[in-house]
Amino acid sequence: MINGTERILVCCGTSCIANGALAVAEALERELASRGWDDVSVKLVRTGCSGECEQGPIVRFMPRDVVYYRVSERDVPSIVESLEGEAVQKLLHKQDGQAVERLEDNPFYARQHKLVLKDVGVIDPLSLDEYRAHDGYEGLERALTMTPDEIISEVEASGLRGKGGAGFPTGRKWRSAASYDEWPKYIVCNGDEGDPGAFMDGSIMEGCPHAVIEGMCIGALAIGAKEGILYIRDEYALARDHIQHAIDDAYAAGILGERMMGTDHQLDLSIVRGGGAFVCGESTALMASIEGRVGEPRAKYVRSVQRGLFDHPTVLNNVETLASIPIILRDGGEAYAQLGTERSKGTKVFAMVGKVKHTGLVEVPMGATLRELIFDIGGGIAGDRPFKAVQTGGPSGGCIPESLLDLPVDFDTLTEYGAMMGSGGMIVMDDRSCMVEVARYYVDFLCEESCGKCTPCREGLRQMRAILTDICEGRGVEGDIELLERLGHTMQDASLCALGKSAPNPVLTAIKFFPEEFEAHVRDKECPAGVCPELTRFAVDASACTGCGMCMRACPAGAISGARKEAHVIDPEKCIACGSCREACRFGAVQTTRRISA
Amino acid sequence: MTEVDQTSTIRKIIENYPADRRYALAAMQDMQRRFNYIPEDGLEMLSERLGCPKAQLYAMATFYKALSLKPKGQHIIKICNGTACHLRGSVNLATELKRDLGIDPGETTADGMFSVEYVNCLGSCALSPVMVVDGTYYNKLRVEQIPGILESYSATKPEDVTNHD
Repeated sequence: MINGTERILVCCGTSCIANGALAVAEALERELASRGWDDVSVKLVRTGCSGECEQGPIVRFMPRDVVYYRVSERDVPSIVESLEGEAVQKLLHKQDGQAVERLEDNPFYARQHKLVLKDVGVIDPLSLDEYRAHDGYEGLERALTMTPDEIISEVEASGLRGKGGAGFPTGRKWRSAASYDEWPKYIVCNGDEGDPGAFMDGSIMEGCPHAVIEGMCIGALAIGAKEGILYIRDEYALARDHIQHAIDDAYAAGILGERMMGTDHQLDLSIVRGGGAFVCGESTALMASIEGRVGEPRAKYVRSVQRGLFDHPTVLNNVETLASIPIILRDGGEAYAQLGTERSKGTKVFAMVGKVKHTGLVEVPMGATLRELIFDIGGGIAGDRPFKAVQTGGPSGGCIPESLLDLPVDFDTLTEYGAMMGSGGMIVMDDRSCMVEVARYYVDFLCEESCGKCTPCREGLRQMRAILTDICEGRGVEGDIELLERLGHTMQDASLCALGKSAPNPVLTAIKFFPEEFEAHVRDKECPAGVCPELTRFAVDASACTGCGMCMRACPAGAISGARKEAHVIDPEKCIACGSCREACRFGAVQTTRRISA
Repeated sequence: MTEVDQTSTIRKIIENYPADRRYALAAMQDMQRRFNYIPEDGLEMLSERLGCPKAQLYAMATFYKALSLKPKGQHIIKICNGTACHLRGSVNLATELKRDLGIDPGETTADGMFSVEYVNCLGSCALSPVMVVDGTYYNKLRVEQIPGILESYSATKPEDVTNHD
């Protein structure tokens, strides 16, 4: 029975919008209105990302907790009908053949521990009132009764470390910045999330912008800053809009401005749009960019906490770190430190993408294993193909093989193996991913993004790209692999900033964990994964082909022919070796063989 | 747009911000958004306003991906080449666009209709591979869908294309 507490949550994160969530939300509003239910009896809320992006658009009824996946406009009447009756079976999640209604009964969510993401996907990100109703700004209220030293001690007690990847203890950074008697000071939020395949920070800014602002307010109190800047990636239009909206509301409510919540503290916040340069995620490059210069890093003889933005003491924290702060101040540092491992406290948000069944945003306590993440939460590999590797930490991270899947994911463990947890990107690869090609992809990316200031990074990446391209295209020679390793070690030792120092990681880990794949490319001119076009020939196995025609439709080159229900044939002259046919075939009939005879 | 109009538009954009170097990037982004590129006059006027050498603004305009010194096409096609999209064949999308339009990522068609660019990650990894045309997302895109999509944009009558010469 509708009693006025009903809420319909429509996930309007970037992915769900791309899947048509806004049209679904509008259709729901029309349908509700046509049944005479106004905003008071059933409230429709457009929320931030609810996590399971691939299953979107996602619609959830509260408080009954029924979750519908892959909702289209056509489903709207039946959904609204179900407000007062049976749930619509076909839109529910199926677990072992059983339909489950509640979010918590879906294993993707059941095994997560949502702390930073607690309100993301639940509240209306554009409503300050909703944030406050979910204990928002309580952390700031408490901080306002404390001295800067007490605030910093609380953060130190939590063990919080920078979640952008570097893992520097946040409390120590704040204490250091607070110790300088030099004003003005700045607090800066790094929202320039640039790792390809990562969207944690974007989702937090979209889904719960006030948490970031509250974190910045608390940080400003701790170090004595009166001005704060959020540097947000240009591509994140929705995140920027939501943050701006939240800033405006916070000013109107007297949270920001000259008298923070009626006290004598002052904080002004503004947004700077990023210029689209990966290196600007690096602290000194980011500050150069805010100052209106080219985003090149500088050597850090003097730390930013002493001389940062405009040569003044500056604290730079990443989005997820700042969004953790209100929780720590509200519940206490001790409570936060209960979660996680000895040296990595709290939780971490990951963007799990690639060839995994359930793609999306997940939050788990630090120290969860890769296996739990990929298989228990992610549901395993798409199409039940064999797992090959998981790439963590983006272009600065590495490829981790199956033998290391039981490693706990925290700041320190993966680093010991040459990879890193990084900011939380996690890209799952199956046997149809070529590790040499993936290494080349990252080097190619970094080649474009290297600012060019220091030689090891600029030239090292170009040489690596040339060598890897040769290997992928069948021109690899004996000694190439060793040369790549030497180049990599030089870059690690001699580059100016973290971009160059970590740039060889994807290559070095791929060589370390998948040496046979590199050797196959160099020595046998073979791509075992069947990815590198110059080395691969595609052919249809006539005995497995059912003649369904799927491959023929998928082929962009018109290279496949064959009558219905008869074995198809690929014309090697026309074939561009893109692999679309192999992806399309449901019978495993498309096979790859070596193209060049060794 | 006449030269006078362009000059006054640029002036409006620049004067929207205080005469402080830290607003250089924002002013240039606004120009980019308005003209689809940064006209040389824009750099000139901004350098006067901020009292900084034009070379430094030129350095920024060539450094940041969001800025361009060459006019871009009327429709901008972005191919996401984030890791997830890459693994799911974003390169094949570029190959198909090359077959249809004759241009590589980073280029603009001779008739000024389309620009194709690779972008790093649009944060919609679950929907990979993703292509975005003028802000409209095409998810889990298959190469064979591309010709139809291009046609739908070619069919829209071009608006008065601004002559920048």
